Amino acid sequence: MAAYSALRPDLQAVADLVPAGAKVLDLGCGDGALLDYLVRHKQARGRGIELSEAGVMACVRRGLSVRQGPLEEGLADYPAASFDVVILSQTLPFLDDPAMILREMLRVGKSALVSFPNWGYWRCRLDLLLTGRVPLAPDLPQPWSDAPRWQAVSITDFAQFCGRVDIAITAEIYLNRGRRVRIIKVKNLLAMTAVFRLEPQRQPNPM
Amino acid sequence: MFPPNSIGLVKTQTLTFAEDEPLRLESGAALRPVTLAYEVYGRLNADRSNAILICHALSGGAHAAGYLSPGDAQPGWWDDCIGPGKAFDTDRFCVICSNVLGSCYGSSGPSSVDPATGEPYGLRFPVVTIGDMVRAQARLLDHLGIERLLAVAGGSMGGMQVLEWAAHYPQRVRAAIPIATTARHSPMLIALSEVGRQAVYADPAWNNGDYYLNGRKPDAGLSVARMVGHITYLSEQSMHEKFGRRLQGRERYGYEFQTEFEVESYLKHNGDKFTRRFDANSYLYVTKALDYFDLADQHGGSLAAAFDHSTDTAFLVISFTSDWLYPSYHSKELVKALTAAGCDVTYLDIESSWGHDAFLVEVATMTRLLGSFLDRLAGEALNSER
Repeated sequence: MAAYSALRPDLQAVADLVPAGAKVLDLGCGDGALLDYLVRHKQARGRGIELSEAGVMACVRRGLSVRQGPLEEGLADYPAASFDVVILSQTLPFLDDPAMILREMLRVGKSALVSFPNWGYWRCRLDLLLTGRVPLAPDLPQPWSDAPRWQAVSITDFAQFCGRVDIAITAEIYLNRGRRVRIIKVKNLLAMTAVFRLEPQRQPNPM
Repeated sequence: MFPPNSIGLVKTQTLTFAEDEPLRLESGAALRPVTLAYEVYGRLNADRSNAILICHALSGGAHAAGYLSPGDAQPGWWDDCIGPGKAFDTDRFCVICSNVLGSCYGSSGPSSVDPATGEPYGLRFPVVTIGDMVRAQARLLDHLGIERLLAVAGGSMGGMQVLEWAAHYPQRVRAAIPIATTARHSPMLIALSEVGRQAVYADPAWNNGDYYLNGRKPDAGLSVARMVGHITYLSEQSMHEKFGRRLQGRERYGYEFQTEFEVESYLKHNGDKFTRRFDANSYLYVTKALDYFDLADQHGGSLAAAFDHSTDTAFLVISFTSDWLYPSYHSKELVKALTAAGCDVTYLDIESSWGHDAFLVEVATMTRLLGSFLDRLAGEALNSER
């Protein structure tokens, strides 16, 4: 059991926001580490969508139900409100159409959990200023040339985007080197990773 | 005598049923009696919860693994995946394979003797469907005392039987593994079947299906049918790799109508070989069953509706990137429908250049994938026992 407790801190932050017994869909679930944890420790009923053959094979080895394919195709197959929680863990910078995926996540799920590396982190800002090079993401050390898509986004960018498209941020966790950052005011400067719970903004009652 | 991981010597058994009350077929016709040939590998456990049914493809039979005699050169058709320690591990599971209705490997088909006339049925044998094949298999499982299968698995036409099982007997199927298959035979597939059938019809020796007592079989027609089939099991890339444009036993073109290219020689060899092991009428019946297969049509046009009651069944859907006979998008349609129906589905499109044949060839990947999936099922069964 000990092996499963040692979840990566950002995955642990996501897992902490999943209610026990929830129906969960993990987008880009990779080798299934998070889903496996949720099934074992949170009695979640988990499903995953993963692009790579190696990822799906690893998930099946863990006893998980995962389908191979692009996220947009997989999401489209699910009826509305099929899940309590839809997770997008560290995949946001690699999406072709992030707005569409987020919309789909909140159609298929009652809530969404999104974690992403924060390019607003002070080291990133300093890197760009001092070296003139676009900084690597704090927790994802892939250079732009190694990924099919690579879009730098900061906490402020993301929060403003959610406001524009009527998505409510109902929980937030910020991490710096695996530790939770409590100073919310300067989070965009101090956090390397952000984890948000998203829900559709309730429209004001017309009455 | 046999390789150490072989199940070893096996025996084909038969079950005859419907001797009094005939088996009603989808066409409305009735068949009496019905014989099924089958083989069993491994042991059924005390609570009969470890049975796996293997469904064979177009030209397969009940002999899926092991050897029929000590001197037997060839093991069963899926010996790579069935045996001790293999994907379908006979140390843990009781694996059953039966020859489909309409075939010619011991089950009732057009070459069987019609009890009404004492002569082979020929075309008087009723046309059967994938649904009929599966209903007959269900009778076999009743006979073996197996109420619920841990898994039903098969590729190609075997995959169609798997889907039919999951749709029609959801309470009898814990897990379904349809491989390189489709839920609906497309017009292109029907067209390819028809070319094969026309080749048989065009052979004068076919004689409207009455050739069993003539001493001459429609080998030429059946051979051409098999050649067409064989092309569809390969991919352009695998043909490039296997044959290229190489010539067979010569240096340069002869500018004549002889077998010159390796690929021609390969097809001819396989066509000829097929006529020695398969019955032409069975080829007609079994391809016809493929063509009628359309699970959506049986459920008001909705494939998802076919699986409305299959939400307790775990599906493992497998396709291969270079399969153009049952291309990946057929499997994706299936996965889409299963997802919409709320089923538990795992899907993998395995990277392979082997075309449709990949399901028999990509042994290492299949072993890992099937092994992991079956481990989970076996684990569940163990937990529920406790």
